[in-house]
Amino acid sequence: MEKFAILRSGAVPLPAENVDTDQIIPARFLKATSREGFGENLFRDWRYQPDGQPRPDFVLNNPRYAGQILLAGKNFGCGSSREHAAWALYDAGFRVVISSYFADIFRGNALNNGLLPLQVSEAVLQRLLAEVEREPGTGFIVDLARQVLFVPVWEENIAFDIDPYKKECLLHGYDDIDFLVNQQAAIAAYEQQRVWAY
Amino acid sequence: MANTLFDKIWDAHVVSSIAGGQDVFYIDRHLIHEVTSPQAFDELGARGLPLFRRAQMVATADHNVPTRNQHLPIADPLSRSQVDKLTENCQKYGVELFGLGHQRQGIVHVIGPELGLTQPGMSIVCGDSHTSTHGAFGAIAFGIGTSQVAQVMASQCLLLSRPRRMRITVDGQLRPGVTAKDLILYIIAQLGTGGATGYFVEYAGEAVRSLSMEGRMTVCNMSIEMGARGGLIAPDQTTFAYLQGRPYAPQAERWPQALAYWQTLYTDEEAEFDAEVRYDAADIEPMITYGTNPGMGLALRTPIPLTVAEGETAGFHKALQYMGFQPGESLLGKQISHVFIGSCTNSRIEDLRTVAAYVRGRQKAPHVEAIIVPGSKAVEQQARAEGLDQVLAAAGFELREPGCSACLAMNEDKIPAGAYCVSTSNRNFEGRQGPGARTLLASPLVAAITAVEGRLVDVAALLEIISRTEPAGTVAVSA
Repeated sequence: MEKFAILRSGAVPLPAENVDTDQIIPARFLKATSREGFGENLFRDWRYQPDGQPRPDFVLNNPRYAGQILLAGKNFGCGSSREHAAWALYDAGFRVVISSYFADIFRGNALNNGLLPLQVSEAVLQRLLAEVEREPGTGFIVDLARQVLFVPVWEENIAFDIDPYKKECLLHGYDDIDFLVNQQAAIAAYEQQRVWAY
Repeated sequence: MANTLFDKIWDAHVVSSIAGGQDVFYIDRHLIHEVTSPQAFDELGARGLPLFRRAQMVATADHNVPTRNQHLPIADPLSRSQVDKLTENCQKYGVELFGLGHQRQGIVHVIGPELGLTQPGMSIVCGDSHTSTHGAFGAIAFGIGTSQVAQVMASQCLLLSRPRRMRITVDGQLRPGVTAKDLILYIIAQLGTGGATGYFVEYAGEAVRSLSMEGRMTVCNMSIEMGARGGLIAPDQTTFAYLQGRPYAPQAERWPQALAYWQTLYTDEEAEFDAEVRYDAADIEPMITYGTNPGMGLALRTPIPLTVAEGETAGFHKALQYMGFQPGESLLGKQISHVFIGSCTNSRIEDLRTVAAYVRGRQKAPHVEAIIVPGSKAVEQQARAEGLDQVLAAAGFELREPGCSACLAMNEDKIPAGAYCVSTSNRNFEGRQGPGARTLLASPLVAAITAVEGRLVDVAALLEIISRTEPAGTVAVSA
């Protein structure tokens, strides 16, 4: 996993609420057996017509907006557990998704792939969306070590929470598998003392 | 100290707790399928790691398999390569596989319980959000991403923070014709699609206790559709009777030992929950969804709302536009072209019996395409043994071979763009059943009635008429 430190970027607004992982990456594109290449089908049916032509009204096709931050409506990533949703966002260049809350499985998947799910209040989210829609070039700074989203145009730091362990993982590019493999002796000891019901 | 059922099981699986509040959480059973496992096996291979506890894993092919001619090679090359990859990985790592054509193959959440792999008090994971199904047995079961699949492969553990607990109590008895599916669609409609995010739900109350295991699985299955990490129901005599004698259930002297433990698995009287909600079963009618998330559900005979809460207006109108409906409109009389009966929510033998009991001696409407996809080879064989296949065929329903099928339309079972499908599955998201497809979620009974009528009808009123004019037993009311 790549390290995440500080990100300076513009943002792409997607105010729709309850964006489910079937929209992020439809099931018919889950047939690959590697992690790469899902970005081209990110938001496939919102982004393209059935004939493959881009839908001009979808934000990813709007040249006014660019950046590695996706600003999304509440309950982003609900539905299926497919990690392909996080892979698709990452593959398409996103490193941060800002929303007022995330579905649990998506949040975990994002964190396991160096994609930061940054949760703000609904009021802050609405202000951010309004700001970006008013001025598409608005830049932001996400400082993970300090846990702040800096909005230069407002000269305002917005603090955000993150699990301290997951923060360390992101900052250093570690993943849980490294940690867990190191726990194997303790896990085996647990298995020994466990009273097995089956 | 008074404890919830959830906490009793969780505590039994904590290997250690680390700073920051995460637990190293032990996994008893790891189920895998072809779509979310290949990258995890690759991860293991790339790191040169062995499978830590392969005997606790079971694999099946379900998401991406055809539901016709399963004895032939899979036509779609990408689907075939994914299924082949699963076989290859299972052989390489020595994982038990119920692959295509195997007598035990089926939807992962159908075969787990059916084989007795799912047991009370267990922790169960799978790279699929509907893993919550297994909670019906009083297990902590939840869906995970592929990185976590790799973690379980490497260590049989996950790093997790303990979710909050919610109890949903449904008092009283469901009315005739109101099923487990209506119960859960009702709950999700009350709480909304994100209403239980961050929680693990325990379902309780007389209406829940009265459900069969099949009905309990339907309820727990859809926990994720309100954002819950999972849902569970305390095991009882219904649970134990279902499990006894199943191939992977404890046998011989292990059975009474297991039973003694399982009987300790309930929420103590004084235990507290972070959230509690309570419903009356008598308020629940046959349900349907009208929008593009499972929270957009209502009693079939109630019109679509005229307005919704401020802040949700944009999503409401976007959903109605996709569905081709108007605010305030009644769904009664809407013509339906497709009926899909299947998925990990409603593809068990009881569901097929419900459908067969209703369609016996009836015919689907000529314009309706009605398919029934059993949840497993065992369900399919049981249906044939009971002659349900003949009943269904005579009514114009096509009984397919097992798989996830048109629930997520990864294989060729897709609903055409713009078409309305009454589906017993779990998600009505845009394009879920195929690009442009319009899904209305409902119970198997509502789906069967819709297929016969060719349009949405007042199911409650219809059942009332039938009960007065036809001999008892025509409508087997599933729990």
